[in-house]
Amino acid sequence: MSTHPRLDSKIPSGDVEKKWSNRKFENKLVNPANRRKHTVIIVGAGLAGGSASASLGEAGYRVKLFVYHDSPRRAHSIAAQGGINAAKNYQNDGDSIYRLFYDTIKGGDFRAREANVYRLAEVSVNIIDQCAAQGVPFAREYSGYLSNRSFGGSQLQRTFYARGQTGQQLLLGAYGSLMRQVEEKNVELFAFHEMLDVIVVDGKARGIVVRNLRTGEITTHTADVVILGTGGYGNVFYLSTNAKKSNCTAAWRAYKKGAFFGNPCFTQIHPTCVPVSGDYQSKLTLMSESLRNDGRVWVPKAKGDKRSPKDIPESERDYYLERIYPAFGNLVPRDVASRAAKAMCDKGQGVGETGLAVYLDFGDAVKRIGKDGVAKKYGNLFEMYEKITGDDPYEVPMRIYPAVHYTMGGLWVDYNLQSTIPGLFVIGEANFSDHGANRLGASALMQGLADGYFVVPYSIANYLGGEKLPPVSTDHDACKAALADVKGRVQKFLSIKGKQTADSFHRRLGKIMWDECGMARNRAGLTKAIADIQKLREEFWSDLFVPGTGEELNQELEKAGRVADFLELGELMCRDALEREESCGGHFREEYQTPEGEALRNDEKFTHVAAWEYQGDGKTPARHQEELKFDYIHLAQRSYK
Amino acid sequence: MTTSKQMTLKLKVWRQKNAKDQGRFVDYTVEGVNQAASFLEMLDVLNEQLIRKGEEPVAFDHDCREGICGSCAMMINGCAHGDMPRTTACQLHLRHFNDGDTIVIEPWRARAFPIIKDLVVDRSAFDRIISAGGYVSTNVGNAPEANSIPVPQQDAEAAMDAAACIGCGACVAQCKNASAMLFVSAKVSQMAHLPQGQPERARRARNMVAQMDKEKFGACSNTGACEAACPKGIKLTNIALLNRELARAQVKS
Ligand SMILES: Cc1cc2nc3c(=O)[nH]c(=O)nc-3n(C[C@H](O)[C@H](O)[C@H](O)COP(=O)(O)OP(=O)(O)OC[C@H]3O[C@@H](n4cnc5c(N)ncnc54)[C@H](O)[C@@H]3O)c2cc1C
Ligand code: FES
Repeated sequence: MSTHPRLDSKIPSGDVEKKWSNRKFENKLVNPANRRKHTVIIVGAGLAGGSASASLGEAGYRVKLFVYHDSPRRAHSIAAQGGINAAKNYQNDGDSIYRLFYDTIKGGDFRAREANVYRLAEVSVNIIDQCAAQGVPFAREYSGYLSNRSFGGSQLQRTFYARGQTGQQLLLGAYGSLMRQVEEKNVELFAFHEMLDVIVVDGKARGIVVRNLRTGEITTHTADVVILGTGGYGNVFYLSTNAKKSNCTAAWRAYKKGAFFGNPCFTQIHPTCVPVSGDYQSKLTLMSESLRNDGRVWVPKAKGDKRSPKDIPESERDYYLERIYPAFGNLVPRDVASRAAKAMCDKGQGVGETGLAVYLDFGDAVKRIGKDGVAKKYGNLFEMYEKITGDDPYEVPMRIYPAVHYTMGGLWVDYNLQSTIPGLFVIGEANFSDHGANRLGASALMQGLADGYFVVPYSIANYLGGEKLPPVSTDHDACKAALADVKGRVQKFLSIKGKQTADSFHRRLGKIMWDECGMARNRAGLTKAIADIQKLREEFWSDLFVPGTGEELNQELEKAGRVADFLELGELMCRDALEREESCGGHFREEYQTPEGEALRNDEKFTHVAAWEYQGDGKTPARHQEELKFDYIHLAQRSYK
Repeated sequence: MTTSKQMTLKLKVWRQKNAKDQGRFVDYTVEGVNQAASFLEMLDVLNEQLIRKGEEPVAFDHDCREGICGSCAMMINGCAHGDMPRTTACQLHLRHFNDGDTIVIEPWRARAFPIIKDLVVDRSAFDRIISAGGYVSTNVGNAPEANSIPVPQQDAEAAMDAAACIGCGACVAQCKNASAMLFVSAKVSQMAHLPQGQPERARRARNMVAQMDKEKFGACSNTGACEAACPKGIKLTNIALLNRELARAQVKS
């Protein structure tokens, strides 16, 4: 356990308010005429990759964009519902860049880098300007000015939204800008292409290997830099709110080529999701956090109370969030709300068929603002809930339970968003930066767009302006070797010809992860999980069955590759959770809690980022540390009481 | 309340190995699926069964499974996404079917959406239409302070109504002419309602429609089948608006 020379965070000098301007000023530039000479590979077109592609295309680089979706518009970002934060202070309720910075550091339980978070808060205001200019139809007041709502972990209204479809509208804004660059031939789009490896030449990222999902053809592409905006890895749990195809392959392949993995165990479990109803279930659906603005969370006071919620009088209901956390009430941060729901259900006060659910009740809101008022704010979410459950939430309280939602962990990056492989930049949910051990609601969209529109373009110019990058052809030995590796792997999946499907392994992995590395973790469980995952992996490689061939659209083959990587990442997550002997944010180790059951950090030993370095298959990875310094916001136990 | 009733369904599924293959319907029976499961989860069960028998699973596109990404696309008993109003295939649940029902499942059929395999079609024509003008041409860094351009609430709401399109292609699939007018008009209408979209208004409508024609989508004959099939409730009035925009564009040029 040590710091590592490659873990240089490259934080700029100066006061936190000046750091980003200082960095922009110090950065090298690439003049417009020279930009066309540089090829930039971008993988992913979610908010992060989409906004980066549009920006770098506009700037005049030759961008090659790869996505496994049939269109960039389908990236998982499309599903974000609730909103995006920005420190505009339009509501005159005391918001500022500093306060958003403060809330994010505190919300992340003091496990994020101050400099990065400050920059995020700083550029948040530009994001809203940019998106409004693109024609994103944000919600408006009667005055025509932009409207805001509240999200968890904040006592003011700084969240901008477009009904319950904020992610969709922001993504379509970025997608429009990106498609304009495709039209102008600055961006070459490779849809239906899955990246399966990074090509490293002389220690620098110089290309990728991709498989054309329609034809099965596997090819290499070279460039001067590679940017990954490939999203999070919540699907390691099988059941999560992530889109079904979301996966860790791009990040994992980069890890195996030398990119360190930061805080892999930091997972966000979202408190308000539709509960699991059966073993056929393929995914979980989020009910946006914005619902906690008006919905009240409760369980019956009596254990095992099977009465219909309507028959339970007020005096026999426990509005436990309002009771335990009077200052923030129903709007406590996600990790706190999720653990509280679990605690209630563990005590036997859970509701519904399985007892693994709590109520989110809009009865009071309907009384206060009427059914129409509620419908205007949340109509599409209510509709969605009714479609899934068959219950009408205007009449019956919603039943909700926590579910895996987001991964704060990801590839380690420095202040410039560069990984430990020079020339490999990582943006959006795929990197580990900014959210520490817990992300506040409406901050992922902000981060994705901040990285793509406002940060990575500067970093890329600085990198390209400062490096000598001799051309690399696809005949280079490194390209040939990476190509052969990928082809070999695909053949391997097809040739095992065992009996079990990729999905069936994925479900089993998910269960191990949820039971032992989910909302509550402990030493014995994590140790067992590591052994179980190793066994499952062996079984996978000897008994997997993938029908069909590699030369066609083969969705089972795609899944097999993703599950194989999840089976390795899952183990790393358990290792990371095991080594982090404290509780912080979404990482709750049962051994480390206050007498009231709140997370107990160990600042002396763990005020650092754990960055894992791959050491070879079958070898234990090395854990390095990047120490975190808090010069502005003083380390304190979080309190939302 | 969720019921955990099991049901058996008979399926007639379009199987087509690749673009060149002729394709045909194949009959399957899925037993013991939970009524609370979604339509796609039922297809997962079918595929798991097929794979266990060593057969190839049915290829179908999907991702979010909550009605927003626009990936899932299939005709269910002749209706795009099935006959539940304002519902995508992934949001359709088996409780709306009866035990023993026979269900016919086909891909979108349109000249502009060639079949790739089974139920998966190529919808890249939609991307090319957007490329032709479905945006505001603003570069990063150019934007004025967001509140410096107020937008009347009803305009923002109208823009949002149109912007809710998920690009799934149901409108094309349901239209007997395979016209893409609803899709195109939704984007044109979103921008036409906003001050930011004004300078490029005429050019946008003209270019997007020209691209649509080039992609070999059919002509619109105003039957309204698209509106009925749209899982997001995009209104036919958008097409009327697009026609006005085109007329305006003509006057301008
Ligand atoms: C249901 C839901 C609701 C949410 N609501 C909110 C909210 O209200 N506010 C908020 O701030 N955040 C929200 N989030 C979180 C937020 O949506 C995500 O963190 C964010 O959108 C991630 O964006 P991204 O650009 O990093 O990645 P993604 O949007 O996941 O995009 C990943 C891209 O990478 C591509 N890709 C990945 N791997 C490969 C590969 N190997 N080869 C080729 N292409 C690849 C994909 O095709 C895709 O284009 C929500 C998340 C969920 C699940
Ligand atoms: S899978 Fe996304 S809309 Fe159906």
